[in-house]
Amino acid sequence: MEGFGEVLKMYRKTEIINDSKAPPAEGFGEADMIINVGPQHPATHGVLHLVITLNGETIKNVEPHLGYIHRSIEKMCESLSYRQFIYVTSRMDYLSAHINNHACALCVEQGLQVEIPPRAQVIRVLMDELTRIASHELWLGAMAMDLGAFTPFFHAFRERESINDIMEETCGARLTMNYMVPGGVMHDLHPSFQQRVKDFMQLYKSKVHEYDEMLTGNIIFQNRMKNVGVLSAEDAISYGCTGPTARGSGVSCDVRKLYPYEIYNTLEFDEVLETGGDSFSRYMVRVREMQQSIRIIEQLIDNIPEGDFQTKTKAVLKLPKGEFYSRVETARGELGVYIVSEGATTPYRIKFRSPGFSNLSVLNHIAKGSKLGDLVAMMGTLDLVIPDIDR
Amino acid sequence: MFIKKYIQEIWGAVKSLLKGMRRTGYYFTHHKEIITQQYPDNRETLNLPERFKGEVVMPHDENNEHRCTGCQACELACPNGTIKVIFKNELNAEGKKKKAIDKLVYHLELCTMCNLCIEACPSDAIKMAQTFEHSVFDRNELTKILNNPGSKIMDGVE
Repeated sequence: MEGFGEVLKMYRKTEIINDSKAPPAEGFGEADMIINVGPQHPATHGVLHLVITLNGETIKNVEPHLGYIHRSIEKMCESLSYRQFIYVTSRMDYLSAHINNHACALCVEQGLQVEIPPRAQVIRVLMDELTRIASHELWLGAMAMDLGAFTPFFHAFRERESINDIMEETCGARLTMNYMVPGGVMHDLHPSFQQRVKDFMQLYKSKVHEYDEMLTGNIIFQNRMKNVGVLSAEDAISYGCTGPTARGSGVSCDVRKLYPYEIYNTLEFDEVLETGGDSFSRYMVRVREMQQSIRIIEQLIDNIPEGDFQTKTKAVLKLPKGEFYSRVETARGELGVYIVSEGATTPYRIKFRSPGFSNLSVLNHIAKGSKLGDLVAMMGTLDLVIPDIDR
Repeated sequence: MFIKKYIQEIWGAVKSLLKGMRRTGYYFTHHKEIITQQYPDNRETLNLPERFKGEVVMPHDENNEHRCTGCQACELACPNGTIKVIFKNELNAEGKKKKAIDKLVYHLELCTMCNLCIEACPSDAIKMAQTFEHSVFDRNELTKILNNPGSKIMDGVE
């Protein structure tokens, strides 16, 4: 993308203003106070409750309290069959519902040892990447709004809306699609799918420079993002961060590259890495990742193979006795699905390794010593989706 | 030197702000690119795609006949217990007792529109409708009986 290099240059040139990061004093002092952010707070995008210990405006400690939206999805899955439990995972990370369903379908297929037709694989990857773009668009708009910029929200939602229309046409729903089933996908692609995706890509390419003009190059935005919430590569690994959060610190952790599933090993795309580790690097990772997703869709949209979109599977699915694990790269990081089967029609135990939980755990570490106003920038760039954290 | 850098920084900041403001001004003066819809006013022209999952309905033909055999596949496929099939015994043409559906109860308030019942149905008796304005004043209205009163199964559907 042109214009992008210019913005990057600007980023490198700008002098990073070093805030005085005084090490936080131990314990609860006399001048300290406790502030509750949430559970109902617009900047947390959900029912996240943060108990913040403040000294003046400096954060001494951030303690996330979870459980406000705990629906015991893992326990619920134990009473649902292997076809039924997939829809529940759309309600975990609802912004990348497709990718969650994909992980579950992969895990069940691994147990059933069925081969997925090439058409279904391509459809799945296409839908995954469209979901990734939609998720990052929402993140971009919502995070900009948290920081006080209202216009980018509308611009991001304009592009996201056209993805939602594509989803609505092919999958029948806008957010919780339940499109992936064990053995393939539920419906074939809608006849106008290819044209609509091409239209979307044209729209996206003609509008993507607007984000750079309004946000990336904006001096207020840069000053609020740079050197805020610095996460080193070592800490990213030790806290278990994945996805753009870790890639912003230079940790290579893209599951699509490292443990390719479906047809990702035949596709050409770059793993986006930034080395800054601050909020701005995480922002740049996501903005650039959207362009990589466009690149993947471009490679696939004209080469969708003909054939079945679903393998015939038995009416009642039974996984053999054993343990199965699959992982995918959602828009937020690595999602792992672990199924323990006793050979029955329902799983004995299901564990989801959700990316949001690990990414949230790093918040206290990066927020210590910074100002309260910067907490919003940190939470925004960690891209927290609360139902994914609580499950 | 310091003053030069200081002025340069201010100039750069003002320039970046103006750049963003120009984009906002562009949309302020170009009304054709506005894409929002005036939702409650455009109900007549609102077209939802045919796959849109709004609620489960059972289509009937002009003779008030449906295609449901009462095989309970939808009931078994449903993850939430949304569908309940209630049977009755019916006499067929030869005077033999035959099992037929009395009521197909559908709880819209429990439904997550996952489409699994439609996929499971072997005789295409149910489908998804494109309605989405489901709010009612009394929640009992959300429990629906899908087959029309007095309806019977279509000939030739087993």
